[in-house]
Amino acid sequence: MSYLVIRDLSARLKGDGTRLLRGVSLTVAAGEVRGLVGESGAGKSMIGRAVLGILPRAVELTGGEIRLGGTDLLALPQAERRRRVGAACALIPQDPMTALNPVRRIGPQITDPLVDILGWDRARAERRAREVLAETRLPDPDRVMRAYPHELSGGQRQRCLIAAAFVAEPKLIVADEPTTALDVTVQKQILRLIAEMQARHGTALLFVTHDLGVVSKVCQSLTVLYAGRVIEDTTVRAFFRAPAHPYSAALLAATPRYTDPEGSLTPVPEAVLAAVRAEVAAADAGVAGAEAARHG
Amino acid sequence: MAEPLFAVRDLRLALPDLGRKPLFGAAPRIEILRGLSFDIARGEVLGIVGGSGSGKSTLGRALLRLIEPTGGTIRFEGTDITRLPESALRPLRARMQIIFQDPMSSLNPRRRVGAIIAGPLRLHGFDRIEARVAEALAHVGLPPALARRFPHELSGGQRQRVGIARAIAPGPRFILCDEIVSGLDVSSQAQVLNLLERLVRDLGLTLAFISHDLSVVRRLCSRVLVLDEGRIAEAAATADLFAAPQAACTRALLDAIPLPDPDQPWA
Amino acid sequence: MAAELTGDGRGGLRRRAGLRLWLAGGWLALMALVAVFAPWLAPKDPLAQDLFLGRLPPFWQEGAEPGYWLGTDSLGRDVLSRLMHGARIALLVALVAGTLTGLIGSALGLLAGYYRGWTDTVISRAIDIWMAFPPVLFSILLVAVIGPGLTAIIVAIVVIDWTRFARVVRAEAMAQGAMDYVTSARAAGRTRAGTLLAEILPNVLPTIVVLLTLEMGIAVIVEAILKFVNLSVSTDAPTWGGMIAEGRTSIHQAWWVLVFPLVALFLMVLSFSQLGEGLKDRFDPVLR
Repeated sequence: MSYLVIRDLSARLKGDGTRLLRGVSLTVAAGEVRGLVGESGAGKSMIGRAVLGILPRAVELTGGEIRLGGTDLLALPQAERRRRVGAACALIPQDPMTALNPVRRIGPQITDPLVDILGWDRARAERRAREVLAETRLPDPDRVMRAYPHELSGGQRQRCLIAAAFVAEPKLIVADEPTTALDVTVQKQILRLIAEMQARHGTALLFVTHDLGVVSKVCQSLTVLYAGRVIEDTTVRAFFRAPAHPYSAALLAATPRYTDPEGSLTPVPEAVLAAVRAEVAAADAGVAGAEAARHG
Repeated sequence: MAEPLFAVRDLRLALPDLGRKPLFGAAPRIEILRGLSFDIARGEVLGIVGGSGSGKSTLGRALLRLIEPTGGTIRFEGTDITRLPESALRPLRARMQIIFQDPMSSLNPRRRVGAIIAGPLRLHGFDRIEARVAEALAHVGLPPALARRFPHELSGGQRQRVGIARAIAPGPRFILCDEIVSGLDVSSQAQVLNLLERLVRDLGLTLAFISHDLSVVRRLCSRVLVLDEGRIAEAAATADLFAAPQAACTRALLDAIPLPDPDQPWA
Repeated sequence: MAAELTGDGRGGLRRRAGLRLWLAGGWLALMALVAVFAPWLAPKDPLAQDLFLGRLPPFWQEGAEPGYWLGTDSLGRDVLSRLMHGARIALLVALVAGTLTGLIGSALGLLAGYYRGWTDTVISRAIDIWMAFPPVLFSILLVAVIGPGLTAIIVAIVVIDWTRFARVVRAEAMAQGAMDYVTSARAAGRTRAGTLLAEILPNVLPTIVVLLTLEMGIAVIVEAILKFVNLSVSTDAPTWGGMIAEGRTSIHQAWWVLVFPLVALFLMVLSFSQLGEGLKDRFDPVLR
């Protein structure tokens, strides 16, 4: 059963109406790890934010539904939606340097949402925070709870953020490029940690990234986006054996692979780009046509 | 044997740790580079890799004499540039250029692309500046009309190519590439790397390519230096390094790379 | 790539910026014209007293006298004419004091922020010590020492307020100095001074412009305050501060003597600040 069902989601910029998401549909089953892949500007971060209800002010949704555990979030009143999302979802953000408040200790940053929003009592929240920090293999969780962010390294901070995401046992976590800002050796540790914790807690994971290498290690299924439109939606095994769409095949060929230096790092051919742009334009025209027919 | 473009012997660099500075007196120094010795041959593309804190960025800037070493020697085209004053270095600067990682902060947001590329040209008294700017843009595959735009009107990949155009315009012998593809999309990354390959061939450049990502190094570089805590842990031809890595840190870097292959053993 | 398909949602901001610039610039231009041509534009002699015509109300009220559009003060002097002549002092102080303060403060801020080291230590300590003096008392002290007059006012403003510029500009210069394009300029062979002027200054200029116009507004107010405490230019020549001081005593019988110079002061200061913001919005390439 799919825990998260996004159907035909569309979004645009309020100012000039530029389309950001074009009828995106995807599902994440309970306990599944789905990769959301695309270049910058493809809209992958936007989808994660739409689910969590944290879209930038300049962006508005123009259609579609987001079902979390069966309920359409977009049909709920704001307060109710925030409550549900807060209880069931969490975010692992991209930049461990700026995601933590530099003037507060780590402990309160993890426990405050539990106490203020979910109504836990402080002792229980602190116990739980300590437990989860230990799970992330941080040495001396007590010291970490009392530390300020600047006293920790980038990798340690990311572990704290991961702990903060898992602490309330969410059903769905959106990981927004969680390792992009990290060194390659630290990235490996963090990815393994995320995979481990996801498996242990059985959390569904929507993993946003531009790195196909990372997808092949952590995800079971993936959705490829271009300019806000779903290009391909398949399992990881099937994708890496043979991508179905020429654009995703080109992305794969462009991904560095040191075992095959000549066959990788191939730029996406102009023809492929032109074709996928034409596809997007045609879909836009189709939508416009349907709207005109409805109003006409 | 032709003289190497760069000859580095026992390079040391220590910087003051301002975080631990006492009220009076100098701050204690942290050693960042601890005695590096290597050559860069003409026409070579040398990869410099290492984790964060390994000193690779500092090494790059020391080679370009943007920081002064505290020990050892650096010879560029036979000249000892280790302690050369700025005025003596200036004429050499046209022959050694740098391309940066962040296309956002490496271009002055308040100058047009054409002026940005022309900057070094004007400084060194080149003639036919407009023609050279157009040439540089053509080399990197950007239309000449782009010279009138401001950096924020371009995409990340385009900005990075402007950075490359700025570096090649004065006709340098050597270019330091400091993590230049780390902030780019997969397709932009591939474009930039292919572009560099072509430029090395067409313009006879020598490159030092700093990266934390060994995968991009494989294709572009003929030789690789692996740095670890300010020392050279391993130096080898690229193919040899990937086939049989000797140092533990090299193996750690290689093992950490997530190949786009679900069957890769990656425990 | 896909970046072309996402747009720039700043259309609304630009429209507002244009209007703001026109209004503020327009008002200031009007003030400047009035100030320059006051002797010819003013309907009456600002110094002429006529006790029989004292405390006449503005033209729309009962008992107003034709020709005295905004009424008269307790000595029978025409408020409108005094306002116009007062604009001369106000603008002069604003432009001269504001510009000097801006130049000195910005220069010191740029040097401290870019060169760091001893230059920064010396300038920063100077700023800290300077800012410890209470500004109003300091200026009163200065005027008492130098003697009342326009020069004293301008010197007082410059001496006190340069720190405002220096601190902000220093911080910006430091931030810009860390940027890669500054390193690039150095790698290309630019001298440090050349880099400061060619790379850093253009990026700090928008802030300096906004601060400059802000400073001009402040200068006008400082002059008014000093006049209020009777330490400004000689009592004969009309200034807005002086009019406010006089108007204070007759606020119940002749509110217009206080209100009109107050409004003029307010509009001028507001126009200066909006001018700065508007200029930045219009001319800064990054925002276009």
